[in-house]
Amino acid sequence: MNVLYLLLIPLLPFAGFLLTGLFGKAFRGSSAGLLNTTLLLISFLLSVKVVSDYFFIHGLLEDRYVPIIAFQLEWLRFSEDLVINMGVLMDPLTAVMLLVVTFISLMVHMYSIAYMKGEERFATYFSFLSLFTFSMLGLVMSSNIFQTYIFWELVGVSSFLLIGYYFQKPSAVAASKKAFIVTRFADLGFLIGILVLSYYGNSFDFLALSANLTSYDSSFHQAAIGAGFLGISALSWGLILVFMGGAGKSAMFPLHIWLPDAMEGPTPVSALIHAATMVVAGVFLVARMFALFALGGTNVLELVAWTGIISAMMAALIACTQQDIKRVLAYSTMSQIGFMMFAIGVSGYGSESGLGYTAGMFHLFTHAMFKALLFLGAGAVIHFVHSNYMDDMGGLRKMMPVTHITFLLACLAIAGIPPFAGFFSKEEILLASYNANRIIFWLALFTSGLTAFYMFRLYFSIFWKKEKAYQNHQGEGGGLLLTPLVILGILTVVSGFIPFGNFVSSDGVPVSPHLDLKFSILPVGLSLAGIIIASRLYMKESVLPEKLSARLGRIYKLLRGKFYIDEIYLFIAKKIIFRFISRPAAWVDRNIVDGLINTSAAATQLFSISTSGMQSGKLQHYAGYFLSGVLLLIVLFIFLLSN
Amino acid sequence: MEIGLNHFLVLSTALFFIGVYGFLTRRNLITLLMSVELILNSVNINFVAFNKYLYPENLDGLFFSVFIIAIAAAEAAVAIAIIINLYRNFNTIDVEETDTMKY
Amino acid sequence: MNMESIVFYMLAFLVLSGGIMAVTARKIFRSAIYLLFSLVGIAGLYFLLAYEFLAAVQVVVYVGGIVVLIIFSIFLTQAADSDLPKALRGRKVFSFLATAAGFALVLTQILRHNFIPSGSEPVSTNVTEIGLRMLSTGEGGYALPFEVVSVLLLAAMIGCIVIAIKKPGNS
Repeated sequence: MNVLYLLLIPLLPFAGFLLTGLFGKAFRGSSAGLLNTTLLLISFLLSVKVVSDYFFIHGLLEDRYVPIIAFQLEWLRFSEDLVINMGVLMDPLTAVMLLVVTFISLMVHMYSIAYMKGEERFATYFSFLSLFTFSMLGLVMSSNIFQTYIFWELVGVSSFLLIGYYFQKPSAVAASKKAFIVTRFADLGFLIGILVLSYYGNSFDFLALSANLTSYDSSFHQAAIGAGFLGISALSWGLILVFMGGAGKSAMFPLHIWLPDAMEGPTPVSALIHAATMVVAGVFLVARMFALFALGGTNVLELVAWTGIISAMMAALIACTQQDIKRVLAYSTMSQIGFMMFAIGVSGYGSESGLGYTAGMFHLFTHAMFKALLFLGAGAVIHFVHSNYMDDMGGLRKMMPVTHITFLLACLAIAGIPPFAGFFSKEEILLASYNANRIIFWLALFTSGLTAFYMFRLYFSIFWKKEKAYQNHQGEGGGLLLTPLVILGILTVVSGFIPFGNFVSSDGVPVSPHLDLKFSILPVGLSLAGIIIASRLYMKESVLPEKLSARLGRIYKLLRGKFYIDEIYLFIAKKIIFRFISRPAAWVDRNIVDGLINTSAAATQLFSISTSGMQSGKLQHYAGYFLSGVLLLIVLFIFLLSN
Repeated sequence: MEIGLNHFLVLSTALFFIGVYGFLTRRNLITLLMSVELILNSVNINFVAFNKYLYPENLDGLFFSVFIIAIAAAEAAVAIAIIINLYRNFNTIDVEETDTMKY
Repeated sequence: MNMESIVFYMLAFLVLSGGIMAVTARKIFRSAIYLLFSLVGIAGLYFLLAYEFLAAVQVVVYVGGIVVLIIFSIFLTQAADSDLPKALRGRKVFSFLATAAGFALVLTQILRHNFIPSGSEPVSTNVTEIGLRMLSTGEGGYALPFEVVSVLLLAAMIGCIVIAIKKPGNS
């Protein structure tokens, strides 16, 4: 394993971040973008090399992929046992994530050069993008949970920066704050979870934690199971809290409210961060600690599964009613991440029962491709139409042929139509849930049909429906804009055929999924039905959708209002937290804390004003002080202190 | 009454505080210098008087006075050089107006 | 009251009145002359104490050197016959009170203290003796301070020249 290559993978984007961030003004034209894209290309090639080395040379040991600590450095030593290291953990999960992150980031970088051309803060944009790539790579390579947390926060910061990229827009500022605060709130849980787990597991390293906390006869495991709170063991609490962090980052219900608003950022950013990579960090985290979740905590995985399926269904329902195409995609992202979550949630540990894990990661992989494609396509459309709203679009298929075809491919993939990538991963997920939990299976099936419906609603509204005349005559966009679309389109078609189970599985032993054609009939049929309904409603202009929404009345309103979850949060925040906690706290702060500080400051000021006159610069004043001092000392020592 | 040590000490003390008074009140740098000379001389008187009345077998007080006179001469020369330089730069030797050092 | 007492009181009067006039006179040139009287009076006191050599040094250095230097600098810096600026009233009051208090303090200390003479045989204070002692390196010799003072005087001389010299181009 070539450690240098491995370390260069995250460090090259970091170098790009430093260069463009510090010397942004020195870069003329598109040079900042070209520099960072080149660095990322190298990084991508290196990760291909490293990953293939891992899968075909170093990783396989007696038919099993073993995790390798490729690099380790002691960073903080708190006590004999409690050490925080900085290291690189290489296992199938890291390998897959390395490929996904570097590849999608490369595509987005390329696309951004064209998309962001002429922006005033072009270099800044690229430095943020590279910072994000660096942080995400660091996150997936981390060998211990503390290091993960550091990069986790870095990812959050870069997401914040990029959402708020158009900081002149108040809505972008609000969205970036919202994203940051919500994910921070979730990360608080994550941090406490880290403390609980590392306290009982006596280590921060993933491998040691798994070893200590999953074997039933280890004393650490006994202690972690023994201690408890509210009838739940400490180990489960730790895992639940860690999952809370993951749910926040992955926009799971009820912490999902930031994701739709995060679409205020530039569209390529949405493709990279809020669709393909950062938002799946929560899934990655659960997968990274899967042994703990599966073997350690009782019923925590069930929580994961239910959170996943509820988010998936809710998001799919909301997506059917949204008008902003990026928001539709955002809810679809949330829904698909819900799929991954519950796939992992229903999975067991070990070869056959672990299929859900493999399916979830497979879906993460394929979803990254087609969702990035969808976002980049949407970006191209927005670039062309200068609007985010479906009503302003329609009939674009003739004007944007490349975008149209690739967008269609991605829609078919997400709808789960064979032979596109989404089909394979989604079938595996459904199969795994069928074997594990029937209720979840039926809900997932319904959601899957719904997915097809809303995606094709989006597709038809953009590319078919009414013919419109557009002001724009700049064409579809240059090669740099379209090349990533085409590459991603091709991958969307072929990536489903990768025998994913051979590489990634819950315990490292390759598994092969059994795709059952008979089983596939129902989901594919449902998806086709969804597509057909969508085509009837949206392919031509018609009054049917309005009639339908009028018919549904309240339900439609509820969905349109996104289940009013934002409003509930606002109510809790404003009416309860602000009134009963923040106001008294603010009063104490203003009147007592500030009062104390201000009083002491005023006293100091008064004293200094009254004494600064002594520094007059006049010789005789000083002589006078001197004489008075001497006399005072004489009086003091001779008359007062001599008994 | 025989003239003794105390007579000289009282005299020198009076002279010393006359010098101090002058140093505190005069505004001309040259007159300040004169006040300093008075102070130095009062010290000299002390040295000599102590030598004469308490330790007549030594000449230490006398030597101290001699050296103080020498140093006073050097000091006066340097002070006057500074005063003249000051006068050239500020066109005044009033201590009230030469407070540039404050800043 | 013997002769010595009379001479002492006369000299003391000369010294103190000269000093007071020197620090209060409104004309700077007169101030310098009163200083001269005061210094001459001090030289007289040295005579009275039978330190003739010191009295001579006092006259030569102070009267002949420093006071002349001061008078020169007065002529160099301002008109000699113009009135000096008045002292500030507040400053005057403060200074008077402070110096009076200081004087009283020191006086009480002097008068309370009982000085004990060593009672040894006085040494002769002629110039020969002084010269021998000054250049001696043994007990009671002052060769080292003598050398140090000579270096100091040299340094002061160079310093004066450096400070007072006109910089070229600085009219």
